Amino acid sequence: MAKFEVARRSLVFGVAGVLAAPALPRAQAPAVKLGILQPVTGALSQDGEHGRLGAELAINEINAGGGIRALGGARIEMVFGDARSNPEGGVSEVEKMQAEGVVAIVGGFASPICLAASQAASRYDLPYVVDVGVSDQIVSRGLANTFRFGPGFGVVTSAALDNLVALNDAAGKPSRTVVIVHEDGLFGSGMARLLNAELPKRGFEVLETIAHPTPARDMNNVALRIRSLRPDLVIPSSYYAEFVLLARTMQQQRIRPKGIYCVLNGAASNYRFVREFPDAANLVMDCNHWPDPRKPKTAELRQQVEAQNRFWLYNTPMNYSAVMLVADALERAGRADRAAVIQALAATDGAFTKHIMPYGPTRFVNGQNQAGAPVNTQVQNNDIKVIFPRDFADAQPVYPVTG
Amino acid sequence: MGFPPEIILEAVLNGLLTGAVYGLVALGLTLVYGVLHIINFAHGALLTAAMYGAYVARTALGIDPYVAALPLAALFFLLGYAVQRLVIGPASRGKDENILLVTLGLSIVIENLMLAVFRSDTRSIDAPYAMDVVEFGPALLGYPRVVGFGATILVGIALYLLMTRTATGKAIRAVAKERTGAALVGIDVAHIYAVTFGIGTACLAIAAALLLPSFYVSPRVGNAFVLVAFTIVVLGGMGSVVGALLGGLIIGVVESLSGLYLGESLGQIGIFLIFILVLLVRPTGLFGARA
Repeated sequence: MAKFEVARRSLVFGVAGVLAAPALPRAQAPAVKLGILQPVTGALSQDGEHGRLGAELAINEINAGGGIRALGGARIEMVFGDARSNPEGGVSEVEKMQAEGVVAIVGGFASPICLAASQAASRYDLPYVVDVGVSDQIVSRGLANTFRFGPGFGVVTSAALDNLVALNDAAGKPSRTVVIVHEDGLFGSGMARLLNAELPKRGFEVLETIAHPTPARDMNNVALRIRSLRPDLVIPSSYYAEFVLLARTMQQQRIRPKGIYCVLNGAASNYRFVREFPDAANLVMDCNHWPDPRKPKTAELRQQVEAQNRFWLYNTPMNYSAVMLVADALERAGRADRAAVIQALAATDGAFTKHIMPYGPTRFVNGQNQAGAPVNTQVQNNDIKVIFPRDFADAQPVYPVTG
Repeated sequence: MGFPPEIILEAVLNGLLTGAVYGLVALGLTLVYGVLHIINFAHGALLTAAMYGAYVARTALGIDPYVAALPLAALFFLLGYAVQRLVIGPASRGKDENILLVTLGLSIVIENLMLAVFRSDTRSIDAPYAMDVVEFGPALLGYPRVVGFGATILVGIALYLLMTRTATGKAIRAVAKERTGAALVGIDVAHIYAVTFGIGTACLAIAAALLLPSFYVSPRVGNAFVLVAFTIVVLGGMGSVVGALLGGLIIGVVESLSGLYLGESLGQIGIFLIFILVLLVRPTGLFGARA
């Protein structure tokens, strides 16, 4: 079982002595404190809550399975911090976690929070594992403490563009014109700039780029502009509430492009959207984070989440995986020491298999997991299906959308 | 950039419809200002509370917001009355600057109460008609907006009748004009203050019920409307009921058109440009009585 897998890997890393100790948890093994940072109040609270859930489930699973064996079965104790949906909140929670003596921090969710919080943590050489934050700046600042298991912006968008071209070509190139709708913060604006630069190179014409604030009260004007432009494709990059509003307004205004193709959208691969507004969600495509449907653990975790009456969002498997990554590093480090954990995180390789993301063998370069990759999903028949990459897709894309 | 006329027409109509509900929110604010001469900083928080009221009515009791509007208005009238009579009035000790702080404090308490009870999630109801449209020529108008417009007009008429045809209305106008004089002729000023505050709060309850089918609610949602409402009150003239409604329509159209032309991110610029312009050029507003 997993027990032996950990043992084998730890042996490779030469801490056999520690591991040879009996696997029974010893009462005196002091708990290892792990900081979990999520925005559970404010605009991003939905994401934050589901991120926290993933971290909790991972910690419970680790503790139920005997804790960190290399540390004499030490339990992981969660030190939770609410980033309050802004970078300042994230930083002040990092300070508290530092005072609490955590060995590492996992989370952040939004790029601005991840940027600020990881920088604050770097002052204490405190390992920081980003759960979602996609801004590529996060791993390009030369911070030795910062790691990201998931894919960054550049990787996701280039996959999104490649898949879009493949999708359009396979259907006989029905689409040429595009309208981009994006939220006007760091994430959406960066996305819009990149799409504007890349889409023309791939044979698409960007008719217009429409920005909107978060939160937005109304999408009627955005919908009106789309209606007057009649694009083949609409590419939105927004957070949850705004995309839901846009999709519903487009439905209301009877705007039916050949495809709604989202990139890193907060709603398009979210079961809440699919359940609450099935008509507006139908056939929306997204290129985003998504757990590996081939791994049995994915279905198991999803069941646990849905048993709590919660929706299945990517935040949960991503945080689950990030906590598993830290636990794995602790096993290999053999001590709850920040520098040792940073070293162990950086040395993570394909032997780390306890995550449930659809990534190849883990390899960190400057803190970024080179194997991190997105998938393309599409809402079909009230379910979210994987349509790319084809080697583990569970549905054929429905495109162009007709009628 | 040019838009086809039917798109511009639809944007203007949308603006008028949204503006009507803005006007309703501003109505409560301007009424309280006109009579009590206080700026009610708790206005946004009370709107939020009313929206949660409508939300609970719908999710827990299954009552449609449009049906819940009148009972909610009655409930919020009583709430407003009690707040003025039992909290704001006594705490102010007759000083206007105290009232400012009391209402500000009240807004913080209400907001955090909402946060504690409902958490910070944005919530919305799924009314079956939320995405229905009314076809008006080439324009497709959202059904909740059309209802909101109609209901606001009705509330406006009802309020006008109340103010001109009833003894209470006369008393309110008397207190607004000359507090001491009104007291001398036997009007219970404290009671009239509370009634006015209650009416203002009741307007909010109706606005909340009209907003909920097409909008979401979160503990801070009221602030988004109140900034706009302040602008409307200044534009329409502080204390003017007609000014509030007309100002609401104007601001709605300005917001819609600037949103269409400048994009949603900059759409609010139009509103605040008007705010500054009015303050510079005509500080009394369109219908302001006092200089």
